[in-house]
Amino acid sequence: MSGPEPVRGLIQNRFEDGLIVTSADQLINWSRKNSIWFMQFGLACCAIEMMATGASRYDTERFGIMPRGSPRQADLMIVAGTATLKMATRIKRLYEQMAEPKYVLSMGSCANNGGPYWRYGYHVLKGVDEVIPVDIYVPGCPPRPEALLYGLLKLQEKIQEDRVLRKRGLTVGSLAGATLDGSADMPRPAGKR
Amino acid sequence: MDAAAIHAALVQRFGERITGASLDAGSPFAIVATDAIAEVAAFCKVDPALALDNLMCLSAVDYPKETPPRMEVVYHLFSYRHLHTFALKVQLPRESPAVPTLEGVWGVANWHEREAWDLFGILFTGHSDMRRILLPDDWEGHPLRKDWQDPEYYNGLHVKPTPQMMERALAGETIGVGPFDFTPENKHVEEP
Amino acid sequence: MSAASPTGFVSDWDQDGLDTDEMVVNMGPQHPATHGVLRVELRTDGEVVRAARPHIGYLHRCFEKHCENVDYPGVMPYADRMDYCAAMGNTLGFALTVEKLCGIEVSPYVQTVRVIMAELQRIASHTIAVGTYTMDIGAFTPFLHLIRDREKILDLFEWTCGARLLYNYNWVGGVSHDLPDGFIRATRDFLREFETVTFPELLDLIIHNRIFVRRLSHVGVCSPELAISYDLTGPNLRGSGIARDLRKDFPYSGYESYDFDVCVGTGQYGPKGSCFERNWVRVVEMRESAKILHQALDRLEKTEKADVHEKVPKRVKPPKGEIYFRSEAPRGQLGYYLVSDGNINPYRVKVKSPCFTAMSVFHHLAKGMLIADVIALIGSLDIVLGEIDR
Repeated sequence: MSGPEPVRGLIQNRFEDGLIVTSADQLINWSRKNSIWFMQFGLACCAIEMMATGASRYDTERFGIMPRGSPRQADLMIVAGTATLKMATRIKRLYEQMAEPKYVLSMGSCANNGGPYWRYGYHVLKGVDEVIPVDIYVPGCPPRPEALLYGLLKLQEKIQEDRVLRKRGLTVGSLAGATLDGSADMPRPAGKR
Repeated sequence: MDAAAIHAALVQRFGERITGASLDAGSPFAIVATDAIAEVAAFCKVDPALALDNLMCLSAVDYPKETPPRMEVVYHLFSYRHLHTFALKVQLPRESPAVPTLEGVWGVANWHEREAWDLFGILFTGHSDMRRILLPDDWEGHPLRKDWQDPEYYNGLHVKPTPQMMERALAGETIGVGPFDFTPENKHVEEP
Repeated sequence: MSAASPTGFVSDWDQDGLDTDEMVVNMGPQHPATHGVLRVELRTDGEVVRAARPHIGYLHRCFEKHCENVDYPGVMPYADRMDYCAAMGNTLGFALTVEKLCGIEVSPYVQTVRVIMAELQRIASHTIAVGTYTMDIGAFTPFLHLIRDREKILDLFEWTCGARLLYNYNWVGGVSHDLPDGFIRATRDFLREFETVTFPELLDLIIHNRIFVRRLSHVGVCSPELAISYDLTGPNLRGSGIARDLRKDFPYSGYESYDFDVCVGTGQYGPKGSCFERNWVRVVEMRESAKILHQALDRLEKTEKADVHEKVPKRVKPPKGEIYFRSEAPRGQLGYYLVSDGNINPYRVKVKSPCFTAMSVFHHLAKGMLIADVIALIGSLDIVLGEIDR
């Protein structure tokens, strides 16, 4: 691959699959998935449903999922609402401020693909995956709190399958976009790109 | 005071600078000459019989197909003392439209005029802060004009509507991964 | 800063030669307490704000362009999404505007249903406003309690029309779904719980709480002249002591026949027009809305059911003309300026959003405040960026 050799951690992605390493990976992933702290990035109407999901009826904290104000303290960015062109550079910057490993959940039709504003919205970003890579798409306008919880549970499943100590493979099922040089730190879905 | 009386008061004070009016019940308005709007507005606010101390709304409308083609700025006014409403209009040419600012009369006009500049390109002469308010500062063009065309890109981001996921899927593209495709070995199978 | 102490001793460690500089602090578009994507640039001297400049437009979703390209019923979902915390109010305003231009009069049954939905929405919107405001001030629990009540209202909405947040409920000429059987009893149950449990608790624990009062009662004072000049409306205006409410002055949809008071800031703890007063108006408006709801439910039991789609035209095609109509949304006066050229698409729709004008006074009120009080000011104006940016 082109470019300098990327920096790898001391034990990260170094080991062949084996019983101990796989169990260690599962333990690490289990602890990470049960404590996802999300950066509350409420942009529009979906933010109200995200707040409702965090409130007492559809509690997210029982899954360990907690809102944080700052991207530096968050694992997950829930993009809840319409991304506009003016906001796009800020979304990218906030994504870059998050520390690895980080995930993105695109909540609502507007963040998925522009939503109801896709046709005549000259200032609407047609999907937040034009600027950042997205892990989970939750459809709805706005998605019900149960739908958002389902998306978060799917994200937990995804995190459980992550390869922390084990080496990444080239042909891991349909995640063929993953590469060995570590440029894709978390296997990304083969989407628009 | 009803609309006819307000109009009469304006005509009595300003004469020919009130160039037109329409006083039917739905939405009465008077058309004011562009250079006189600041004086007329000040009079409307200060005169004790009119006392139109509140600018409810400032709208810009683009009429390219009327004769003559013009842009209009409509000021909807309200009086908290007398509880009556009235509207003033100015008619501007579509090329380089310009009208004096009213931010000295009603403070809220500041932001409304910035929005009219942003979306229509109407310049408010004498405005203290004439810059875009809703769109980014480096945006080109004024989108709510009737002859606006979406550009292809803005700083590398698509502006024109992109084919939606359904259309792309029908065209054969793989959209994302399937919902249960995270583990190659044990694929979840959805119960029917 | 002068260095002399009461005894006249002047220390050499002193500030006359010390340069202090102003700092520009940016409050985000992403900020937990700006109620949306609002960016405020503050020029501060230490903790004191010398100048504030709000930047909006991060949620500009081109509502007015959409209006020109879709037909009148198609505008409703977009109108919902402007003030997403109070969607019923937006669609009610637009429906009334178009009906006025077309000359459609809906039946008293539909008017009563609309009033019920609007007032339930007002309570729901104020719970979010007050709940998130107390969260900004520092108390998290009132938010949870108020959201609990809001969920009950959203259950009622979902039961009626299927949606929790954005309903597309008020149509031109009627409403989309009739009230289900048992709605009246369920609403009365909710109101009983609200009036006997939540509302007194809210007043006792938070609104008259000494910390809350001291934090807010002298902050962000807006004089009545400033409020009128910058077109503050709704609770923001009434907090400054001006008792004007569109439901009383220019009533629509049958509001003239209900008995309720106009809630106005009383200056009980500090000057009128402070943050506390604006919040107080929202709190007591919830009680007045409950009053209206009781009357509307009584009236509904006595009115015979009518078809809610009776006056909905097959094709909405207003005559050529223009109209400006305003209604009392939970955040203030929502005005629609509609220009029609006789087609099925509107020619121009301009929305005067109450939060837009409320934000325009912000730079004036924020001068001289502490940064923490800026948060209190933004929350007291109760802005929703979807409506500001449209």
